[in-house]
Amino acid sequence: MTPNPPPPLFPPITEAELHALVDGQLTAERQREIEAALASRPDEASRVESYRAQKRELRALFDPVLDETPPQRVLRAAQPRTPWYLQRLAAGIAIALVSGATGWGLHGGVSNMAPSIALGQQGPASITMTSATGFAQRAAVAHAVYSPEQRRPVEVDAAHEDQLIAWLSKRMGAPMKPPHLQAVGYALEGGRLLPGGQGPVAQFMYRDESGSRLTLYVSNEIGELGTSSDTSLGKAASTSANTPTGANQDTAFRFAREGKVNVFYWVEGPFGYAISADADRAALARVSGEVYRQLNATVR
Amino acid sequence: MHDDQTLLSWVPRLRRYARALAGNRDDADDLVQDTLERAWSKSALWRGSGEVRDMRAWLFSVMHNLHVDGIRRPKLATVLMDDDTPDVAVAPTQGERLAVLDLQGALDLLPVEQKEIVLLIALEDMSYAEVAATLGIPVGTVMSRLSRGRERLRSLMEGRDEPVRLKVVK
Repeated sequence: MTPNPPPPLFPPITEAELHALVDGQLTAERQREIEAALASRPDEASRVESYRAQKRELRALFDPVLDETPPQRVLRAAQPRTPWYLQRLAAGIAIALVSGATGWGLHGGVSNMAPSIALGQQGPASITMTSATGFAQRAAVAHAVYSPEQRRPVEVDAAHEDQLIAWLSKRMGAPMKPPHLQAVGYALEGGRLLPGGQGPVAQFMYRDESGSRLTLYVSNEIGELGTSSDTSLGKAASTSANTPTGANQDTAFRFAREGKVNVFYWVEGPFGYAISADADRAALARVSGEVYRQLNATVR
Repeated sequence: MHDDQTLLSWVPRLRRYARALAGNRDDADDLVQDTLERAWSKSALWRGSGEVRDMRAWLFSVMHNLHVDGIRRPKLATVLMDDDTPDVAVAPTQGERLAVLDLQGALDLLPVEQKEIVLLIALEDMSYAEVAATLGIPVGTVMSRLSRGRERLRSLMEGRDEPVRLKVVK
């Protein structure tokens, strides 16, 4: 308590009233009373002035946002949704035209601590942004950690592909068969098991002739959204179609970038797939198309 | 009551609040986009004869939930400090370590539950009752957090508190 208390006021001024004065939320009569009383209470008077200044400065700092042109992705999200079948069509086109598409380059860091992620919003928003960015981010980090490895890029190498398949399938609780990507210039090096957000995830590593690596990251913890329990890496969609437009309703291709790593990812049934590489988007889109095609090919 | 163009008309104000809340443009627009997507997925609540009357309170509460989820998720689980928990006392600093923060820097140091209230009142001119409805908390809690938030902002900007970290200029 201060040695010289200010003269009493009845009823006394409460903390809430000081703020209500700042915010113009008092009755006119009480406002006059308090303003009069503040003349002899310099401490409170200076707090009130300081809080008023805060409000003015906050408006000055953020009001200019009102006049900005919002980014396209925000305007799109504000408009009535396109029917889902058109969106799926758009997703199909996006994978073909990925390098030419507009609307890339938005950052999706979930917090200031999280590395920033650039997301392309071309497909339907069937998975929540937060879970999707978390998934893509883990895939990108896993790629960045293991792809520079010279001696131990994988836990089980491609020479023991059968063991790799058996092991990962057992741990993931679903058949895990890596797609073959020679057609797009990548050979399987092997794979490893990694911790995901909630449980195990599988990472397959590939390399091209120049030694550049590409990883396929498969998680089944996006799961709640999926319905089909027989969905697996070997035979992903229950439909026989091999294009995104005809596939499982969850399918939505997204693109993310974290540092130098580009990530192309999608969710299919209970599975999330992410393909990460330092390669450019066009190359990544080609690989993604091939992986998608193999996953969706009718069971061989 | 609210039609298909309603959300579009809210974009500028959602963006202003999100920018202040998230601190940078990209995170803020992510938050706005997520909010709009969530709003569309629940459009039965507000379109036509939906139950939502106060569109602003509803939209800002959607954003509040997404923001709080978003900042909670990637970190370890934390427990919000009780309103009765005293602010951590920070020893006064001397000499060149004493820094006066700009408003944005000071704002970033406010706990989110205080920041939201300070901002909804300053930017949206919400009444205390509207803030309470938007955030789903009692008016008394709004008042105590407002009081703490404004006082903390004041002391940060006057350099009476040691900043926990120096802000990197974006």
